[in-house]
Amino acid sequence: MAKIEESLFSAEGMDKRLATKKFWKVMMTEYWIPKDINFLWAMGVVLAVTFTILIISGIFLLMYYKPDTALAFDSVNYTIMQEVAYGWLFRHMHGVAASVVFLVIYIHMFTGIYYGSYKKGREMIWISGMLLFVTFSAEGFSGYMLPWGQMSYWAAAVITNLFAGGSLEAWGLVEWIRGGFTVNDATLTRFFMLHVFLLPLAIIGIIVLHFYTLRIPHVNNQSSEEIDFDAEAEKYLAGNKKESKVIPFWPVFLSKDFAVVSVFLIFYFYLVFFNYNFAMDPVNFDPANAMKTPAHIYPEWYFLWSYETLRGPFFDMLGMKAGDIGLIIFGLAQVIFLVFPFLDKDPDILPAYKRPKFQIWFWIMILDLLVLSVYGKLPPTGANAWVGFFATGIFLALWVSLPFITKSDAKSRGAL
Amino acid sequence: MSNTNRRDFLGMSFAAVAAVGGVASLVGMKQAWDPLPSVLAAGFTTIDLAKAELTPGKPKTFKWRGKPIFILQKTDAMIEAAKAAGEEDWDLVIDGKHYTVVIGICTHLGCIPAWNVDKWKCACHGGEFNASGKHTFGPPPKPYVVPPFSVKGTTLVLGEKGPQSAKMIEVRA
Repeated sequence: MAKIEESLFSAEGMDKRLATKKFWKVMMTEYWIPKDINFLWAMGVVLAVTFTILIISGIFLLMYYKPDTALAFDSVNYTIMQEVAYGWLFRHMHGVAASVVFLVIYIHMFTGIYYGSYKKGREMIWISGMLLFVTFSAEGFSGYMLPWGQMSYWAAAVITNLFAGGSLEAWGLVEWIRGGFTVNDATLTRFFMLHVFLLPLAIIGIIVLHFYTLRIPHVNNQSSEEIDFDAEAEKYLAGNKKESKVIPFWPVFLSKDFAVVSVFLIFYFYLVFFNYNFAMDPVNFDPANAMKTPAHIYPEWYFLWSYETLRGPFFDMLGMKAGDIGLIIFGLAQVIFLVFPFLDKDPDILPAYKRPKFQIWFWIMILDLLVLSVYGKLPPTGANAWVGFFATGIFLALWVSLPFITKSDAKSRGAL
Repeated sequence: MSNTNRRDFLGMSFAAVAAVGGVASLVGMKQAWDPLPSVLAAGFTTIDLAKAELTPGKPKTFKWRGKPIFILQKTDAMIEAAKAAGEEDWDLVIDGKHYTVVIGICTHLGCIPAWNVDKWKCACHGGEFNASGKHTFGPPPKPYVVPPFSVKGTTLVLGEKGPQSAKMIEVRA
């Protein structure tokens, strides 16, 4: 090591010791983003901001919350909501952000699907992103248990019961997860640990991975054009900023991102202050009662579509029990998006508007997920059960048809 | 060459230590999540049917291991209906009285169904169970589960396996 004379407390000294200038270049000023993008490319930064809001509001809730079945409900609904200064604000910020984060995740996901940003070099971005979706789901579920209201308790009962595996009756596993014969104090405390420590830690780790997976293949663009980033960067650095197809992440790209973030934050705080009720289920303002099931149990809106695939098949068929079929489809729905890059058999990276059949597939999928979500909230009786059944069928059919549809698009383009 | 062998040996010894330590840690961590001894020990509930003030045709709910236990003393009409459906062996019979003794949790996804005139109806996903605890409609894949219990006179000890509960579990399988 060379002896360094420059003061530690100077930019030069820091650079000598930690190569900060090189680091800043690699991470910021020479990390290239295509020009041909729109506001949908800002969702990543919007998500980073929302996650930060969740962490900060969570820290303040953590200081008064008590993970004990005897104390949890009052610590939230009395101490935090009524005694702690701005406790209500932190709770509503946390609840609304938890809901909104899923809205933005879905937009982010379907932007990726629409523009083909998951394939041919970008698979790891997609896979790490879907891992984030799974860990965020676990984070959302474990957090929903903490206020220990009726919906907290019964959602926990229903979801942990899924691990019995239907006819498999893996009862030992359910009791192990719960730490008791039913959802109980041990369950609440261990899910509290998961919610405030292990899962956030995993999420932060996977976010770092997700950013890293993006660095080498670079961000996709609106026309999915293949860009020689080195050549375009050279043009930009030489001063031909107009001709160059790229801009640096900082300060050019982020400045526009921050504009989108401003609009998002205004929308978000409007919800926090004036419309927080959608994230605060009234049933959850009754304390948890193991002896009384609420009239109707449903998850938060962002889980409704997969919940509906669970109960879509409501009668026995193909020699299998209805509950088992639902469980299998539900399990499949949790992981199927993960293998999207491998089900798309089109060799080209193209946005959906240049893939006619895939575009139809895309919008039917969105529509089907909306139908599943709406009917996931309604009681599964009469015609509702049949809508759920057919929407679940369409969901499965879409996945089965995906390889053929993408192949057919490629063939009619002459690429296969 | 001898250096490489040394490093291989060190590498393999570390792998062995890590494997043993890793497995031991996993076993310990798994057990830390098991139900606690106090939770397991609190798993016995005693119910005296003679003193339980049951009304025929109306189930009563008891609590065992945090779960609801439905005990229904059947009416004559219910006994006849069960006979007609081939469920005459499903009941616990004490002093000529027929009882349904089941864990009151829907076998679909664990909600607690409510009694409605002559059957249990689950509010969550619409499942139904008849007076014998058999699933008759909706998503539940099987009848109500019978808890393990032993019988001493008119007293049930829930959590203690006995021949009566074993027989009731068997006919439902």
